[in-house]
Amino acid sequence: MQLRHLGSGTLLFVLALVLVFLLLPIAIVVAVSFTPSAIFDLPTGGLSLRWYAKLWEMEDFWKSFGISFYVAGISTAISIVLGISCSIAVVRGRFFGRNAIATFLISPLMLPGLVFGIALLQGLRAIGIGNALVSLMIAHVVITLPFVARSVMASLSLFDFTLIHAARTLGLSPARAIWRVMIPNIAPGVLTGALFAFIASFDNYAISLFLTDVHTKTLPIQMLSYLEEAPDPSVAAISTVLIVMTIAMLIICDRLVGLGRIANV
Amino acid sequence: MRQRNVDADSVGFLAAPAVSYMLLAFAAPMAWLCASSLLVNGEFGLANYRQYLGDPYYLGVIRNSLLIGISTTLITLLLAYPAAFAMAKCPVWAQSLILALVFVPLTVGVIVKTFGWTIVLRSNGVVNVVLLNLGLIDSPLRLLFTPTALIAGMSNVFLPYMLLPIYSVVRMIDRRYLDAAASLGAGPVYRFFHVLVPLSLPGVIAGVSLVFSLSIAAYVTPLMLVGDRFGTMSVTIARGFLYVGNPALGATMAVILLIITATIVMLSGRVARGRARS
Repeated sequence: MQLRHLGSGTLLFVLALVLVFLLLPIAIVVAVSFTPSAIFDLPTGGLSLRWYAKLWEMEDFWKSFGISFYVAGISTAISIVLGISCSIAVVRGRFFGRNAIATFLISPLMLPGLVFGIALLQGLRAIGIGNALVSLMIAHVVITLPFVARSVMASLSLFDFTLIHAARTLGLSPARAIWRVMIPNIAPGVLTGALFAFIASFDNYAISLFLTDVHTKTLPIQMLSYLEEAPDPSVAAISTVLIVMTIAMLIICDRLVGLGRIANV
Repeated sequence: MRQRNVDADSVGFLAAPAVSYMLLAFAAPMAWLCASSLLVNGEFGLANYRQYLGDPYYLGVIRNSLLIGISTTLITLLLAYPAAFAMAKCPVWAQSLILALVFVPLTVGVIVKTFGWTIVLRSNGVVNVVLLNLGLIDSPLRLLFTPTALIAGMSNVFLPYMLLPIYSVVRMIDRRYLDAAASLGAGPVYRFFHVLVPLSLPGVIAGVSLVFSLSIAAYVTPLMLVGDRFGTMSVTIARGFLYVGNPALGATMAVILLIITATIVMLSGRVARGRARS
């Protein structure tokens, strides 16, 4: 009996250690963003908001933030349309190769992003697409689609399609039957997939690296060039803004879907 | 009259937009990249592979990537396995809270987390300050830009990908198996190796293949923690295309990385399916 308690104690200790280890870099970044000094120090002599004030003057930060938001938003929206439509075919259809399509759609998640980045760069150069924003958009649909498809396919496989027949019998048009019956049922799956898709796009570095140019930098690229050129705690302030943004998105998702459900996707 | 509906036979065309998009924007460039690694001076052949796989420097680069992948996978497994069991033992409210605490680092960007690590490991960073104050060291250790820093940072970034799959399997383990084993006279050690380990194995396989394939392909974390002088496959690929102007090197290294990753993903899928069948 004592041995068992000892075992549980050790397990809990490791768990606590793991949580501290996971949260340490995030906590440090938040703390440093309030430092009054010009280097990456923990705030010792009082807190300061000077690095947040500096953010307002950093035009290239806001520009890249806008570009990242735009690319992530539009590519996620496109992926939702493509993903739902394809998932219906894969889950409901009775044709050969449905599993292969499902695997194919999710495969970018499993393969190195960097490799896809250079492959797309080569391909776009060959057909003469040089516009950075267009290139980014093409790439980010490939980044976001697997997240949406995976999560929507999981939701749809639990959906009872006879409900649509029932709605049709009750006089709804096919489009309205889908909109009123199927969409509300799979909405949690769509939302979860879209959340992770948006974050994956917003955070992407390895693929965007090859497709940006001097005028069109996404936020991760811009942040890394700040760190290389003029590192000061304003990068910590940017990071803290991003951390708050992600936590807000997680809270919204938790209220609407529940985190336990996200863990299963 | 045939009813227009979401009929099983008539929905196949709905896959067409997504599939054709992925063929054009994903499969075609990847196939072309593979082909371009085989093309040397207008002739198809394995000359690139012979050249780079025969070069001790590039073999070292591949070995570096594999070593980082293996160490990251082992460290995250050692931390995540007991932590997942501890999590599953907690009351439900505590499990949700811990899950939320794991989701924050999972969703916060890699650059933000790695940036945090560069501050932690600086010569006047948290680790050195704590060690100095405890009197364990006399002068600050050089941590940043060492392989140790890289492995610590990588383990931090990829730990949630090990923890969540193992936890999701462990929490479903029926405690009655353990009680049954105990009532048949099995001791704690026997129960652990013959009941818990086999039952948790699907989660471990998923976590190991995920963390290993992510960590051998990682680019940002090595770049920020050891710099691009420490040769990994990703750094070599990026340099080949961006700075050195040697696309043949980049493409060849990319295909080697692709083959390693795809092999791991397929092997783990096969092992998981084989176990599900037996």
